[in-house]
Amino acid sequence: MEAYLDNSATTRCSEAVRDIVVRTMMEDYGNPSSKHQKGLEAEHYIRDAREMIARTMKVNEKEIYFTSGGTESNNWALIGAAMANRRSGMHLITTAVEHAAVLMPMQYLEEQGFRVTYLPVDEKGHISLKDLEEAICEDTILVSMMYVNNEVGTIEPVAEAGKLIKGKNPRILFHVDAVQAYGKLPIYPKKLGVDMLSVSGHKIHGPKGSGFLYVNEKAKLRPLILGGGQQKGMRSGTDNVPGAAGLAQAARDCYAQLAENTEHLLTLKKQMMDGLRQLDQQLGGTEKKPVIVIHSEEGDSSAPHIVSAAFPGVRSEVLLHALEERGIYVSAGSACSSNKKLPVSPVLKELHLPTDQLESTLRFSFSRYTTAEEICYCLQILGELLPVLRRYARH
Amino acid sequence: MFKTFLIKYGEIGIKGKNRHLFEDALVKQIRYALKDAEGEFFVYRNQGRIYVDCNSLYDYDEVVEKLQKVFGIVGICPVVTTEDKGLEALGTDVIDFLKNVYDIRDQSFKVMTRRARKDYPMESMEISAYLGERILQAFPDMKVDVHHPEIMLHVEIREKIYIYSKIIPGPGGMPVGTNGKAMLLLSGGIDSPVAGYMICKRGVKLDATYFHAPPYTSERAKEKVVDLARIVAQYAGPINLHVVNFTDIQLYIYDQCPHDELTIIMRRYMMKIAEHFARQDGDLALVTGESIGQVASQTMQSLAATNEVCTMPVFRPLIGFDKQEIVDVSEKIGTYETSILPYEDCCTIFVAKHPVTKPNLNVIKRSEQKLNEKIDELVRTAIETTETILVE
Repeated sequence: MEAYLDNSATTRCSEAVRDIVVRTMMEDYGNPSSKHQKGLEAEHYIRDAREMIARTMKVNEKEIYFTSGGTESNNWALIGAAMANRRSGMHLITTAVEHAAVLMPMQYLEEQGFRVTYLPVDEKGHISLKDLEEAICEDTILVSMMYVNNEVGTIEPVAEAGKLIKGKNPRILFHVDAVQAYGKLPIYPKKLGVDMLSVSGHKIHGPKGSGFLYVNEKAKLRPLILGGGQQKGMRSGTDNVPGAAGLAQAARDCYAQLAENTEHLLTLKKQMMDGLRQLDQQLGGTEKKPVIVIHSEEGDSSAPHIVSAAFPGVRSEVLLHALEERGIYVSAGSACSSNKKLPVSPVLKELHLPTDQLESTLRFSFSRYTTAEEICYCLQILGELLPVLRRYARH
Repeated sequence: MFKTFLIKYGEIGIKGKNRHLFEDALVKQIRYALKDAEGEFFVYRNQGRIYVDCNSLYDYDEVVEKLQKVFGIVGICPVVTTEDKGLEALGTDVIDFLKNVYDIRDQSFKVMTRRARKDYPMESMEISAYLGERILQAFPDMKVDVHHPEIMLHVEIREKIYIYSKIIPGPGGMPVGTNGKAMLLLSGGIDSPVAGYMICKRGVKLDATYFHAPPYTSERAKEKVVDLARIVAQYAGPINLHVVNFTDIQLYIYDQCPHDELTIIMRRYMMKIAEHFARQDGDLALVTGESIGQVASQTMQSLAATNEVCTMPVFRPLIGFDKQEIVDVSEKIGTYETSILPYEDCCTIFVAKHPVTKPNLNVIKRSEQKLNEKIDELVRTAIETTETILVE
């Protein structure tokens, strides 16, 4: 049996997505910039895609720009907005648990002379609104925050943050990295006070190399990729028609059945968490010396598709490969090597977990294709593997 | 412009009656090195020389780079070949050669003529003098310097006439395959690929054994080792890589033996298994990347303890190298970047905090008694389930 429980890394394409991608590669393969009929056909795909996506968030289709994925969207939003608004101020705010696609551009901007405040998080990964409020100052021009934490699934208080930021100074731009949230949660940027929002296609059953950035039409943003002037000159490069069409199809499918999907995911999450707790007891875990520690929360403050847990004493990489041998695919929350002491995941580190948990954290992530049988199988195999692997724990 | 490379070889020239064997091996290795290069090449021996003729369009830099990895080659000379049309025509050819090869012609030079065809009507010295004069006439800024010339212009008169002035250094050593075959214990680290390189520099062909320990080592760690073998194969030719699943043996040793002796006992079993495959492949020796004192398992005592299980000679070409010297070679041969990728190899998994550094062989052997019940069977299973990959 196979159980793919790494849907926060990437997802399987849906058949509808595959069909439209193939069609735009094999039949309607024109370049939207061409003046002839073939170009026009292709342009229709882009226009439809933009409309479909805009509808999922109740925004204007003019506010959707296609990119190569989450990383480009984040880079563009941060660097483009900072550079366009530097006359108004040089201060940026983000959180300490962002994805590298936000942290690295922030570091780059620091080198360019900007000041960046990194908000700390509590042990579950939430930022505090009080910290945010205190961080905002006269020359703050941009706040960037992830919607759902990619490693533990924590949902950040985006709506409250938006209200707070705009209340303090409506000119501060608010960017949200929604790579793990879009398609899983209803997201209405206008209601949230969000000016820019990054999304990746392959996390929601779309093609890799596809994504978009929502940009409020009032937001000042500089293009990063210059060239032939496509997408109103804001993002040059021949339109990725298969990518855009596939992404839009995927987005539409997600939001058409959002309620059912969410319920399905929540059921799986509960099954997984209950199963892990039970396993912990079976294997003799105690409050003081747990066998399994679940990092993810239940309820509205946590995403429905991510369960992060530590298995103290068993290094995450070893457990990952042992699961892999049985056809179960998961992510290690940390990549650390015994003698080289590579840095553990900075996100997990921010959660101030003890070392034995840092080194042993796995992430299980689900999609609408994940089944109860897969979870069941995973729990069963964990039950077989853990006693053996714990016996050979490093001393 | 150059259609031919003249290959200079050193040591193999002095091997007496075996000379042709060495030359044949070198020709074979050159052909192998060029098999994926763009273009068609004709590699042949002629009058104690090896030539590479390029019969089609080819990439000069690519060919030189590939030839520089063939052990046995001391120098690579890009050559212009002309027919013998008399001395005056030769003078013109030499002048054209200098025009084509050098943008500026104000260097000091010397003409070195070799006359393999003794029916040529002039002697070597006379030819050199004549050509020198012609060059001075054509390029008045050039001057003769017979002791330290900036350009040493070689003219070889054979059935055809060969003109060259550059000798690009080759890697030296001896052609792979002329000195038998050895089994390299290959890990994912920095040292063992370098050890393999050093051994095959002396003309030894390589097989390799790698121990992996899933799930403690990942599939990527194995791929890394295959990648390393592939880089070494650029010098060594195709390598038979045996991938041994070592997990059960390792866990059994962990269960039965004192933990500070784990590494030594583990390495003894690795040597045993490697020797098994060495015999099977017809190898004459084992090769490891050990260097005295580098880690606990490489003290003199530890080396003696691991060596004790082998009957074959164990060659350790890095034995007197410092780490930095090994790193330098690995950077030169192109294995360093792959070696430092952070995947665990199975030596690092069950390392005790304070492993023994001066193992006593009697103590180790006594500990190994505790393995009697199952170890033979585990070793047999490991050997039977070994996967062999031909790495080219």
